[in-house]
Amino acid sequence: MSEMGNNGIEVDGLVRDFKGGVRAVDAIDLRVAPGEIYGFLGPNGAGKSTTVLVLTTLLPPTAGSARVAGLDVVRQGAEVRRAIGASLQESALDPFLTGREHMRLQSSLHGLGKAERDARATELLERVGLTDAADRKVGGYSGGMKRRLDLGLALVHRPRLLFLDEPTTGLDPQSRAALWDEVRRLATDGVTVFLTTQYLEEADVLADRVGIIDRGKIVAEGTPSELKAAIGRGSVEAIPRDPGDLERLASVLHRFGEDAAASPNGVAARLPEGVSDLAEIVRTLDAEGLAIADLRLHAPTLDDVFLAKTGRSLEGAGDENAKDGQQDGGGRGRSGGEDEQTLASSGT
Amino acid sequence: MSSTLSTQVGVLARRAMLKTLRQPFQLFPIIFFPLILLAVNASGLKAATRLPGFPTSSYVSFAIAVAFIQGGMFALINTGTNLAEDIESGFFQRLALTPMRRVSLIAGLLVGVAAIGALQSAVYMVMGLIAGAHLDAGFAGALVILVLGALTAVAFGALGCAAALKTGSGEAVQGLFPLFFVFIFLSSSNLPRNLLRTGWFHTIATWNPISYLIEAFRSLYIFGWDGPALARGFAVAIGFTVIGLFAVALAMRSRLQRT
Repeated sequence: MSEMGNNGIEVDGLVRDFKGGVRAVDAIDLRVAPGEIYGFLGPNGAGKSTTVLVLTTLLPPTAGSARVAGLDVVRQGAEVRRAIGASLQESALDPFLTGREHMRLQSSLHGLGKAERDARATELLERVGLTDAADRKVGGYSGGMKRRLDLGLALVHRPRLLFLDEPTTGLDPQSRAALWDEVRRLATDGVTVFLTTQYLEEADVLADRVGIIDRGKIVAEGTPSELKAAIGRGSVEAIPRDPGDLERLASVLHRFGEDAAASPNGVAARLPEGVSDLAEIVRTLDAEGLAIADLRLHAPTLDDVFLAKTGRSLEGAGDENAKDGQQDGGGRGRSGGEDEQTLASSGT
Repeated sequence: MSSTLSTQVGVLARRAMLKTLRQPFQLFPIIFFPLILLAVNASGLKAATRLPGFPTSSYVSFAIAVAFIQGGMFALINTGTNLAEDIESGFFQRLALTPMRRVSLIAGLLVGVAAIGALQSAVYMVMGLIAGAHLDAGFAGALVILVLGALTAVAFGALGCAAALKTGSGEAVQGLFPLFFVFIFLSSSNLPRNLLRTGWFHTIATWNPISYLIEAFRSLYIFGWDGPALARGFAVAIGFTVIGLFAVALAMRSRLQRT
């Protein structure tokens, strides 16, 4: 019996190579406890989806081992598939079937009896808010409806462990929030959730623990607050009223700390002492006669964690990985999800 | 809790049929393209019936057999395209994540294809009879046509599945259409082999297995019960099915790597 019991995930030295010598997953180790929501965060091409494909038995590993729900993913593939539910990238649905027909197909393939099939379909369609649309062809569904149906289908056989691969990509904020609520509810019911995402906010808000993966390696792991606390410092961003003052503003801010990521028309610096530096910064800007249009204090974010661990921002890293030819699909936009506070919108 | 093989095949067959029947742009060519070609050929080549040695005075009775083969070609394109779409959309992966057995996926598709094949054969038969074709083998012959029509659709459908699994691309599958159309053209589709006077054409038509498939359907219309012709036709359909399934098994190994 695995030390993680029946609902956990244990991965040791997992490697997955592709043709052409591309190593998508590079000797990762991870543990997901039963009932936990584990956020697997990384840019496009980092190795998130490849990891999920291996853990869901769809791709054999090149080396290493993985146990899901106490079962070996290589030697007990069929048993693993019975124990898990998965909603992989994109909503993989048949546009010519209705939502209810999808439910029936999925539950039949999982071996549910006819009476249970119909009851379960009705229950899940209601749970994901698709009762009214249940008998409409999926081709007419919105992106959010497709994602919700996708989630419902993953739950048909009451899995102990759920894999969600970028479940909210492309969704509007309302649909995203609804899906988050559902994921939280599942975790409350005792389902272990392994969630990949490229959204910082999603990992931050939803995950009990986060693993950050870049170029196939896990570069940081812990609770979101632990990871941010390890960085320890926030940053301040200032936008000059006169764009011509940008260089002068940069030289002032750099007296307080090293460069940090900023918007194109602003300058940011990491604050060694955190908020306590702020009063001195404002006084200095005033003394230098710099008129400020906006001044923002950024609490440490998971992007800062990523930056600290890899030397790159999560936002730009996806493009670099795509150039490196790694295997994860994507290329879609993402939101920043930064924890920020606007302190001023007029000059100091 | 696990579903039986028959349940898996049944639900996947039903889904394959619904997918075809709910796409008018797939259904329309299946039904009408062979019948339009039949109408064109029957009116343009009617004079061929006056050639010495032509086996019947009804060109419709002679040419209707080609419709069943064209129906099989559409089975190849539609089955292959539908499977390739499933691969492209991730639906194939969704199915692979269930306890479904590998064999169920293809068996389900092909059972659906067989049902559509029998249905389209029934339509061709009825339309042919309305157009004046005479089915010499009678009601029993009609049943044999339904079986051979379904088997032909399965044979071509299996080849379509193999192409889809190998390439994962609907466009690549559709690229096979002209190739198979040439096979039909270079057969005894328009004239019986004994009347093909051009040496190279006669040789190709004799080696072309499609000729024997066509002649099996044709024999039921023109000669009643011709055992050797039927045996050769069924042998070709079964042979194509076996080759198609072998190619599917090979392609499936690389497409579906699940443990």
